[in-house]
Amino acid sequence: MMGGVAVGSPATGFKIILPPDPAILKQLKVGDKVLLSGTVYTARDAAHKRIAGALERGEVLPFDPCGQVIYYVGPTPAGLTPGGHRRVIGSAGPTTSGRLDVYTPALLQAGLAAMIGKGQRGPEVIEAIRTYQAVYFAAVGGTGALLSQKIISAEVVAYPELGPEAIYQLTVDDFPVVVAVDCLGNDLTLRP
Amino acid sequence: MKSIHVNDIINTVANLCVEVNCCLGDDVVRVLREAYEKESAELGRDALAQILENAEIARRERLPICQDTGLAVFFVEVGQDVLIEGGNLEEALHEGVRRGYRQGYLRSSVVDDPFVRRNTGDNTPAVIHMNVCDGNLLKITFMPKGAGSENMSGLRMLSPSDGLEGVMDFVVETVAQAGGNPCPPIIVGVGAGGSMEKACLLAKQALLRDVGQANSEPRLAEIEKELLRRINGLGIGPAGYGGRVTALAVHLDVFPTHIAMLPVAVNINCHAVRHGEVIL
Repeated sequence: MMGGVAVGSPATGFKIILPPDPAILKQLKVGDKVLLSGTVYTARDAAHKRIAGALERGEVLPFDPCGQVIYYVGPTPAGLTPGGHRRVIGSAGPTTSGRLDVYTPALLQAGLAAMIGKGQRGPEVIEAIRTYQAVYFAAVGGTGALLSQKIISAEVVAYPELGPEAIYQLTVDDFPVVVAVDCLGNDLTLRP
Repeated sequence: MKSIHVNDIINTVANLCVEVNCCLGDDVVRVLREAYEKESAELGRDALAQILENAEIARRERLPICQDTGLAVFFVEVGQDVLIEGGNLEEALHEGVRRGYRQGYLRSSVVDDPFVRRNTGDNTPAVIHMNVCDGNLLKITFMPKGAGSENMSGLRMLSPSDGLEGVMDFVVETVAQAGGNPCPPIIVGVGAGGSMEKACLLAKQALLRDVGQANSEPRLAEIEKELLRRINGLGIGPAGYGGRVTALAVHLDVFPTHIAMLPVAVNINCHAVRHGEVIL
Protein backbone atom coordinates (compact mmCIF):
# COMPACT_ATOMS: atom_id res chain seq x y z
CA MET A 1 0.00 0.00 0.00
CA MET A 2 1.47 3.32 -1.04
CA GLY A 3 0.59 6.39 0.99
CA GLY A 4 -0.03 6.36 4.70
CA VAL A 5 -1.12 8.26 7.69
CA ALA A 6 0.63 9.96 10.57
CA VAL A 7 -1.45 9.75 13.71
CA GLY A 8 -0.45 11.20 17.04
CA SER A 9 1.65 14.07 18.32
CA PRO A 10 5.29 14.70 19.19
CA ALA A 11 4.54 13.89 22.84
CA THR A 12 2.79 10.55 22.37
CA GLY A 13 4.62 9.62 19.17
CA PHE A 14 3.40 9.28 15.61
CA LYS A 15 2.17 6.18 13.84
CA ILE A 16 3.24 5.85 10.23
CA ILE A 17 2.23 3.26 7.63
CA LEU A 18 4.98 1.98 5.32
CA PRO A 19 5.91 2.51 2.57
CA PRO A 20 5.62 6.08 3.80
CA ASP A 21 3.79 8.99 2.24
CA PRO A 22 6.59 11.47 1.28
CA ALA A 23 4.47 14.36 2.54
CA ILE A 24 4.31 12.76 5.99
CA LEU A 25 8.06 12.11 6.13
CA LYS A 26 8.61 15.83 5.49
CA GLN A 27 6.56 16.70 8.57
CA LEU A 28 8.79 14.70 10.89
CA LYS A 29 11.25 16.58 13.09
CA VAL A 30 14.43 15.33 14.63
CA GLY A 31 13.71 13.68 18.01
CA ASP A 32 10.13 12.70 17.12
CA LYS A 33 9.07 9.30 18.45
CA VAL A 34 7.50 7.17 15.72
CA LEU A 35 5.85 3.73 15.50
CA LEU A 36 6.27 2.19 12.05
CA SER A 37 3.89 -0.40 10.55
CA GLY A 38 4.15 -2.04 7.12
CA THR A 39 6.90 -3.21 4.79
CA VAL A 40 10.65 -2.74 5.21
CA TYR A 41 13.59 -4.42 3.46
CA THR A 42 16.64 -5.56 5.38
CA ALA A 43 20.15 -4.94 4.11
CA ARG A 44 23.51 -4.62 5.80
CA ASP A 45 27.18 -4.68 4.72
CA ALA A 46 27.32 -7.52 2.19
CA ALA A 47 23.89 -6.79 0.65
CA HIS A 48 24.72 -3.09 0.35
CA LYS A 49 27.94 -3.93 -1.44
CA ARG A 50 26.02 -6.02 -3.97
CA ILE A 51 23.25 -3.45 -4.44
CA ALA A 52 25.80 -0.69 -4.94
CA GLY A 53 27.55 -2.78 -7.60
CA ALA A 54 24.24 -3.50 -9.35
CA LEU A 55 23.30 0.19 -9.29
CA GLU A 56 26.67 1.16 -10.77
CA ARG A 57 26.33 -1.38 -13.57
CA GLY A 58 22.73 -0.34 -14.23
CA GLU A 59 21.40 -3.82 -13.40
CA VAL A 60 17.94 -4.66 -12.06
CA LEU A 61 17.93 -4.56 -8.24
CA PRO A 62 16.45 -7.35 -6.11
CA PHE A 63 13.82 -4.83 -5.00
CA ASP A 64 13.01 -1.33 -6.17
CA PRO A 65 14.23 0.99 -3.38
CA CYS A 66 12.12 3.89 -4.69
CA GLY A 67 9.79 5.02 -1.91
CA GLN A 68 10.83 2.13 0.37
CA VAL A 69 12.49 1.80 3.77
CA ILE A 70 15.68 -0.18 4.46
CA TYR A 71 16.33 -1.62 7.92
CA TYR A 72 19.99 -2.26 8.72
CA VAL A 73 19.76 -5.64 10.44
CA GLY A 74 21.20 -9.13 10.33
CA PRO A 75 18.84 -11.22 12.48
CA THR A 76 19.59 -14.42 14.35
CA PRO A 77 17.99 -17.54 12.81
CA ALA A 78 14.28 -18.05 13.52
CA GLY A 79 14.29 -20.62 16.30
CA LEU A 80 11.49 -22.15 18.32
CA THR A 81 9.51 -20.53 21.11
CA PRO A 82 9.61 -22.22 24.54
CA GLY A 83 6.20 -23.65 23.46
CA GLY A 84 7.79 -25.26 20.39
CA HIS A 85 6.42 -22.96 17.67
CA ARG A 86 8.62 -21.64 14.87
CA ARG A 87 9.26 -17.94 15.30
CA VAL A 88 8.80 -15.40 12.50
CA ILE A 89 12.37 -14.25 12.98
CA GLY A 90 15.09 -14.33 15.63
CA SER A 91 16.55 -11.40 17.52
CA ALA A 92 16.52 -8.45 15.12
CA GLY A 93 17.90 -5.12 16.34
CA PRO A 94 19.65 -2.42 14.32
CA THR A 95 23.30 -2.54 13.31
CA THR A 96 25.68 0.45 13.15
CA SER A 97 24.59 2.67 10.25
CA GLY A 98 27.91 4.44 9.77
CA ARG A 99 29.42 1.40 8.04
CA LEU A 100 26.82 1.75 5.28
CA ASP A 101 27.40 5.47 4.73
CA VAL A 102 29.63 4.79 1.74
CA TYR A 103 26.71 3.10 -0.11
CA THR A 104 23.86 5.32 1.07
CA PRO A 105 23.91 8.43 -1.17
CA ALA A 106 23.46 6.25 -4.30
CA LEU A 107 20.45 4.52 -2.72
CA LEU A 108 18.91 7.84 -1.72
CA GLN A 109 19.44 9.04 -5.29
CA ALA A 110 17.58 5.91 -6.45
CA GLY A 111 14.62 7.06 -4.35
CA LEU A 112 15.06 5.31 -1.00
CA ALA A 113 12.63 7.06 1.38
CA ALA A 114 14.06 6.20 4.79
CA MET A 115 16.52 4.05 6.70
CA ILE A 116 16.41 2.44 10.13
CA GLY A 117 19.67 1.82 12.00
CA LYS A 118 21.65 2.95 15.01
CA GLY A 119 24.37 5.52 15.61
CA GLN A 120 25.41 8.61 13.72
CA ARG A 121 25.65 9.26 9.96
CA GLY A 122 28.44 11.00 8.11
CA PRO A 123 28.15 14.47 6.57
CA GLU A 124 27.75 13.12 2.99
CA VAL A 125 24.77 11.02 4.06
CA ILE A 126 23.17 13.91 5.94
CA GLU A 127 23.63 16.09 2.85
CA ALA A 128 22.03 13.40 0.65
CA ILE A 129 19.15 13.03 3.14
CA ARG A 130 18.49 16.75 2.76
CA THR A 131 18.86 16.69 -1.04
CA TYR A 132 16.47 13.76 -1.52
CA GLN A 133 14.12 14.63 1.37
CA ALA A 134 14.60 11.33 3.15
CA VAL A 135 14.60 10.43 6.87
CA TYR A 136 17.02 8.43 9.03
CA PHE A 137 15.29 6.64 11.90
CA ALA A 138 17.19 5.20 14.85
CA ALA A 139 16.08 2.18 16.84
CA VAL A 140 17.71 1.31 20.17
CA GLY A 141 20.77 -0.86 19.58
CA GLY A 142 20.88 -4.04 21.64
CA THR A 143 17.12 -4.52 21.84
CA GLY A 144 16.85 -7.27 19.22
CA ALA A 145 14.61 -9.50 21.35
CA LEU A 146 12.08 -6.71 21.91
CA LEU A 147 12.18 -5.57 18.28
CA SER A 148 11.72 -9.14 16.98
CA GLN A 149 8.29 -9.09 18.64
CA LYS A 150 7.34 -6.15 16.39
CA ILE A 151 8.03 -8.15 13.22
CA ILE A 152 5.02 -10.13 12.03
CA SER A 153 6.34 -11.62 8.79
CA ALA A 154 9.72 -12.23 7.23
CA GLU A 155 10.64 -13.58 3.82
CA VAL A 156 14.03 -13.79 2.12
CA VAL A 157 13.79 -11.96 -1.22
CA ALA A 158 17.45 -11.92 -2.34
CA TYR A 159 20.95 -13.26 -1.68
CA PRO A 160 19.93 -16.23 0.53
CA GLU A 161 23.53 -17.42 0.36
CA LEU A 162 24.51 -14.45 2.56
CA GLY A 163 22.74 -16.07 5.54
CA PRO A 164 22.11 -13.37 8.17
CA GLU A 165 23.06 -10.77 5.56
CA ALA A 166 20.39 -11.85 3.03
CA ILE A 167 17.74 -9.31 2.02
CA TYR A 168 14.45 -9.98 3.80
CA GLN A 169 11.12 -8.33 3.24
CA LEU A 170 9.68 -7.75 6.71
CA THR A 171 6.28 -6.64 7.88
CA VAL A 172 6.59 -4.62 11.07
CA ASP A 173 3.86 -3.59 13.48
CA ASP A 174 4.31 -0.55 15.76
CA PHE A 175 8.09 -0.78 15.42
CA PRO A 176 9.52 1.93 17.75
CA VAL A 177 12.02 4.41 16.30
CA VAL A 178 13.17 7.98 16.77
CA VAL A 179 13.82 10.50 13.99
CA ALA A 180 17.62 10.79 14.12
CA VAL A 181 18.07 12.87 10.95
CA ASP A 182 15.07 14.68 9.50
CA CYS A 183 14.61 15.79 5.90
CA LEU A 184 16.16 19.17 6.68
CA GLY A 185 19.36 17.41 7.78
CA ASN A 186 18.92 18.10 11.50
CA ASP A 187 20.88 15.48 13.45
CA LEU A 188 19.89 14.06 16.83
CA THR A 189 23.19 12.42 17.70
CA LEU A 190 26.12 14.32 19.12
CA ARG A 191 29.01 14.43 16.71
CA PRO A 192 32.68 14.24 17.70
CA MET B 1 45.81 -35.29 38.56
CA LYS B 2 42.21 -34.90 37.42
CA SER B 3 40.84 -36.13 34.10
CA ILE B 4 38.29 -34.12 32.13
CA HIS B 5 36.83 -35.59 28.95
CA VAL B 6 36.46 -33.30 25.94
CA ASN B 7 32.81 -34.31 25.58
CA ASP B 8 32.08 -32.67 28.95
CA ILE B 9 33.87 -29.54 27.78
CA ILE B 10 31.94 -29.47 24.49
CA ASN B 11 28.54 -29.83 26.21
CA THR B 12 29.41 -27.27 28.85
CA VAL B 13 30.57 -24.70 26.31
CA ALA B 14 27.52 -25.27 24.08
CA ASN B 15 25.17 -24.59 27.01
CA LEU B 16 27.21 -21.60 28.12
CA CYS B 17 26.99 -20.01 24.65
CA VAL B 18 23.19 -20.14 24.70
CA GLU B 19 22.76 -19.12 28.34
CA VAL B 20 25.08 -16.12 28.13
CA ASN B 21 23.50 -14.84 24.91
CA CYS B 22 19.93 -15.02 26.25
CA CYS B 23 20.24 -14.10 29.94
CA LEU B 24 21.66 -10.72 30.89
CA GLY B 25 23.56 -10.79 34.20
CA ASP B 26 21.80 -9.55 37.36
CA ASP B 27 24.63 -7.06 37.91
CA VAL B 28 23.94 -5.46 34.52
CA VAL B 29 20.18 -5.34 35.04
CA ARG B 30 20.63 -3.69 38.46
CA VAL B 31 22.90 -0.98 37.07
CA LEU B 32 20.55 -0.39 34.12
CA ARG B 33 17.64 0.12 36.54
CA GLU B 34 19.72 2.66 38.47
CA ALA B 35 20.55 4.39 35.19
CA TYR B 36 16.84 4.58 34.33
CA GLU B 37 16.19 6.33 37.67
CA LYS B 38 19.11 8.73 37.06
CA GLU B 39 18.38 9.65 33.46
CA SER B 40 16.37 12.82 33.00
CA ALA B 41 16.38 13.12 29.19
CA GLU B 42 13.09 11.79 27.83
CA LEU B 43 14.41 9.89 24.81
CA GLY B 44 17.28 8.51 26.88
CA ARG B 45 14.83 7.22 29.50
CA ASP B 46 12.68 5.65 26.78
CA ALA B 47 15.77 3.90 25.42
CA LEU B 48 16.64 2.53 28.88
CA ALA B 49 13.07 1.32 29.37
CA GLN B 50 13.31 -0.56 26.06
CA ILE B 51 16.69 -2.01 27.03
CA LEU B 52 15.24 -3.31 30.33
CA GLU B 53 12.14 -4.72 28.62
CA ASN B 54 14.40 -6.36 26.04
CA ALA B 55 16.34 -8.19 28.76
CA GLU B 56 13.08 -9.54 30.22
CA ILE B 57 11.79 -10.71 26.84
CA ALA B 58 15.12 -12.35 25.98
CA ARG B 59 15.18 -14.29 29.26
CA ARG B 60 11.53 -15.33 29.10
CA GLU B 61 11.46 -16.21 25.39
CA ARG B 62 14.98 -17.67 25.26
CA LEU B 63 15.83 -15.19 22.50
CA PRO B 64 19.27 -13.67 22.08
CA ILE B 65 19.52 -10.31 23.89
CA CYS B 66 21.04 -8.91 20.71
CA GLN B 67 21.14 -10.24 17.15
CA ASP B 68 24.90 -9.75 17.25
CA THR B 69 25.71 -12.85 19.24
CA GLY B 70 29.33 -11.97 18.82
CA LEU B 71 32.72 -13.30 18.12
CA ALA B 72 33.20 -16.06 20.72
CA VAL B 73 36.02 -14.96 23.03
CA PHE B 74 37.30 -17.35 25.70
CA PHE B 75 39.57 -16.90 28.69
CA VAL B 76 40.62 -20.33 29.88
CA GLU B 77 42.59 -21.22 32.97
CA VAL B 78 43.97 -24.73 32.89
CA GLY B 79 45.22 -26.16 36.15
CA GLN B 80 48.55 -27.88 35.59
CA ASP B 81 47.19 -31.01 37.29
CA VAL B 82 44.40 -31.40 34.73
CA LEU B 83 44.51 -34.14 32.10
CA ILE B 84 42.34 -33.55 29.03
CA GLU B 85 41.01 -36.85 27.67
CA GLY B 86 39.51 -37.82 24.35
CA GLY B 87 40.85 -34.99 22.23
CA ASN B 88 42.24 -31.50 22.09
CA LEU B 89 41.12 -28.72 24.45
CA GLU B 90 41.09 -25.92 21.87
CA GLU B 91 39.18 -28.04 19.38
CA ALA B 92 36.65 -28.86 22.13
CA LEU B 93 36.04 -25.14 22.67
CA HIS B 94 35.47 -24.59 18.93
CA GLU B 95 33.14 -27.60 18.80
CA GLY B 96 31.19 -26.27 21.79
CA VAL B 97 30.70 -22.97 19.96
CA ARG B 98 29.65 -24.81 16.79
CA ARG B 99 26.99 -26.79 18.68
CA GLY B 100 25.83 -24.01 20.97
CA TYR B 101 25.37 -21.52 18.16
CA ARG B 102 23.45 -24.06 16.05
CA GLN B 103 21.27 -25.44 18.85
CA GLY B 104 20.57 -22.00 20.31
CA TYR B 105 19.76 -20.39 16.95
CA LEU B 106 22.52 -17.85 17.52
CA ARG B 107 23.93 -15.88 14.61
CA SER B 108 26.99 -17.00 12.70
CA SER B 109 28.92 -13.76 12.51
CA VAL B 110 32.41 -14.98 11.63
CA VAL B 111 34.00 -14.70 8.19
CA ASP B 112 36.87 -16.95 7.16
CA ASP B 113 39.33 -14.24 6.17
CA PRO B 114 39.44 -10.48 6.71
CA PHE B 115 39.69 -9.87 2.95
CA VAL B 116 37.80 -12.78 1.35
CA ARG B 117 35.01 -12.54 3.98
CA ARG B 118 33.06 -15.78 3.51
CA ASN B 119 30.83 -16.64 6.49
CA THR B 120 32.13 -19.82 8.13
CA GLY B 121 28.52 -20.74 8.93
CA ASP B 122 29.09 -21.94 12.50
CA ASN B 123 30.61 -18.92 14.27
CA THR B 124 34.01 -20.57 14.52
CA PRO B 125 36.85 -20.12 15.03
CA ALA B 126 36.61 -18.73 18.55
CA VAL B 127 39.30 -16.41 19.92
CA ILE B 128 40.96 -18.27 22.79
CA HIS B 129 43.25 -16.92 25.51
CA MET B 130 44.67 -19.77 27.55
CA ASN B 131 46.69 -19.65 30.76
CA VAL B 132 48.18 -22.40 32.86
CA CYS B 133 47.66 -22.09 36.62
CA ASP B 134 48.09 -24.16 39.78
CA GLY B 135 45.63 -26.85 40.81
CA ASN B 136 43.32 -29.34 39.11
CA LEU B 137 40.51 -27.13 37.86
CA LEU B 138 39.57 -25.99 34.38
CA LYS B 139 37.92 -22.55 34.34
CA ILE B 140 36.26 -21.44 31.12
CA THR B 141 35.04 -17.85 30.73
CA PHE B 142 32.98 -17.11 27.64
CA MET B 143 32.38 -13.60 26.35
CA PRO B 144 30.53 -13.07 23.06
CA LYS B 145 31.83 -9.74 21.77
CA GLY B 146 29.67 -7.76 19.37
CA ALA B 147 31.11 -5.64 16.59
CA GLY B 148 29.23 -2.42 17.33
CA SER B 149 31.24 -1.74 20.46
CA GLU B 150 34.44 -3.63 19.55
CA ASN B 151 34.80 -1.44 16.43
CA MET B 152 34.79 1.68 18.61
CA SER B 153 37.65 0.45 20.81
CA GLY B 154 41.18 1.77 20.55
CA LEU B 155 44.82 1.57 21.52
CA ARG B 156 47.43 4.27 21.85
CA MET B 157 51.10 3.98 22.67
CA LEU B 158 51.60 7.06 24.81
CA SER B 159 54.87 8.48 26.00
CA PRO B 160 55.62 8.20 29.75
CA SER B 161 55.61 12.00 29.88
CA ASP B 162 51.89 11.96 28.89
CA GLY B 163 51.21 10.43 32.28
CA LEU B 164 47.84 9.75 33.87
CA GLU B 165 46.33 12.87 32.31
CA GLY B 166 47.30 11.59 28.82
CA VAL B 167 45.69 8.25 29.58
CA MET B 168 42.47 9.86 30.80
CA ASP B 169 42.31 12.17 27.77
CA PHE B 170 42.67 9.20 25.41
CA VAL B 171 39.91 7.26 27.17
CA VAL B 172 37.47 10.17 27.03
CA GLU B 173 38.42 10.99 23.44
CA THR B 174 37.80 7.37 22.37
CA VAL B 175 34.35 7.37 23.97
CA ALA B 176 33.51 10.78 22.46
CA GLN B 177 34.52 9.60 18.98
CA ALA B 178 32.35 6.49 19.39
CA GLY B 179 29.25 8.60 20.06
CA GLY B 180 26.04 6.58 19.77
CA ASN B 181 27.61 3.77 17.71
CA PRO B 182 28.62 1.28 20.46
CA CYS B 183 25.10 1.08 21.97
CA PRO B 184 25.42 3.28 25.05
CA PRO B 185 25.15 3.23 27.98
CA ILE B 186 28.48 1.49 27.64
CA ILE B 187 30.94 -0.20 29.96
CA VAL B 188 34.49 1.00 29.37
CA GLY B 189 37.38 -1.39 29.95
CA VAL B 190 40.75 0.34 30.24
CA GLY B 191 44.15 -1.34 30.33
CA ALA B 192 47.25 0.75 31.03
CA GLY B 193 50.83 -0.53 31.03
CA GLY B 194 52.36 -3.81 29.91
CA SER B 195 53.10 -4.15 26.21
CA MET B 196 50.79 -3.37 23.29
CA GLU B 197 48.87 -6.66 23.44
CA LYS B 198 48.97 -6.82 27.26
CA ALA B 199 47.18 -3.47 27.49
CA CYS B 200 44.45 -4.79 25.16
CA LEU B 201 44.03 -7.97 27.19
CA LEU B 202 43.83 -5.98 30.44
CA ALA B 203 41.11 -3.78 28.92
CA LYS B 204 39.09 -6.78 27.75
CA GLN B 205 39.45 -8.68 31.02
CA ALA B 206 38.43 -5.58 32.97
CA LEU B 207 35.02 -5.98 31.27
CA LEU B 208 34.57 -9.32 33.06
CA ARG B 209 34.19 -7.69 36.48
CA ASP B 210 30.67 -7.24 37.85
CA VAL B 211 29.49 -3.96 36.35
CA GLY B 212 30.47 -1.06 38.57
CA GLN B 213 32.67 -3.12 40.88
CA ALA B 214 35.52 -0.72 41.61
CA ASN B 215 39.17 -1.66 41.32
CA SER B 216 40.35 -3.01 44.69
CA GLU B 217 43.17 -0.47 44.76
CA PRO B 218 41.73 2.83 46.02
CA ARG B 219 43.98 5.03 43.80
CA LEU B 220 42.76 3.17 40.68
CA ALA B 221 39.15 3.22 41.89
CA GLU B 222 39.45 7.03 42.12
CA ILE B 223 40.63 7.20 38.50
CA GLU B 224 37.71 5.01 37.43
CA LYS B 225 35.32 7.39 39.19
CA GLU B 226 36.86 10.46 37.60
CA LEU B 227 36.76 8.85 34.13
CA LEU B 228 33.09 7.94 34.60
CA ARG B 229 32.33 11.52 35.65
CA ARG B 230 34.05 12.94 32.57
CA ILE B 231 32.45 10.42 30.19
CA ASN B 232 28.98 11.08 31.55
CA GLY B 233 29.63 14.76 31.05
CA LEU B 234 29.86 14.18 27.28
CA GLY B 235 26.07 14.10 26.98
CA ILE B 236 25.94 11.22 24.46
CA GLY B 237 23.29 9.48 26.55
CA PRO B 238 21.45 6.14 26.19
CA ALA B 239 21.39 5.00 22.52
CA GLY B 240 23.19 8.25 21.69
CA TYR B 241 19.89 10.12 22.03
CA GLY B 242 21.40 12.57 24.52
CA GLY B 243 21.39 12.41 28.30
CA ARG B 244 23.52 12.05 31.38
CA VAL B 245 24.09 8.27 31.31
CA THR B 246 26.64 7.54 28.58
CA ALA B 247 28.56 4.89 30.54
CA LEU B 248 27.42 2.54 33.30
CA ALA B 249 30.95 1.97 34.58
CA VAL B 250 34.65 2.33 33.88
CA HIS B 251 36.85 -0.62 34.82
CA LEU B 252 40.59 0.10 34.87
CA ASP B 253 43.41 -2.38 35.27
CA VAL B 254 47.16 -1.71 35.17
CA PHE B 255 50.36 -3.72 34.72
CA PRO B 256 54.09 -2.97 35.02
CA THR B 257 55.54 -1.57 31.83
CA HIS B 258 58.78 -0.57 30.11
CA ILE B 259 60.76 2.54 31.14
CA ALA B 260 59.99 4.06 27.73
CA MET B 261 56.35 2.95 27.31
CA LEU B 262 52.85 3.91 28.36
CA PRO B 263 50.38 1.82 26.36
CA VAL B 264 46.68 2.40 26.95
CA ALA B 265 43.86 0.33 25.51
CA VAL B 266 40.16 1.14 25.66
CA ASN B 267 37.78 -1.75 25.07
CA ILE B 268 34.22 -0.55 24.82
CA ASN B 269 31.31 -2.85 25.60
CA CYS B 270 27.68 -2.15 24.78
CA HIS B 271 25.07 -2.09 27.58
CA ALA B 272 24.49 -5.81 26.98
CA VAL B 273 27.74 -6.93 28.59
CA ARG B 274 27.54 -10.69 28.27
CA HIS B 275 29.85 -13.20 29.90
CA GLY B 276 29.69 -16.35 31.95
CA GLU B 277 32.07 -18.84 33.45
CA VAL B 278 32.10 -22.49 34.42
CA ILE B 279 34.58 -24.45 36.45
CA LEU B 280 35.12 -28.12 35.66
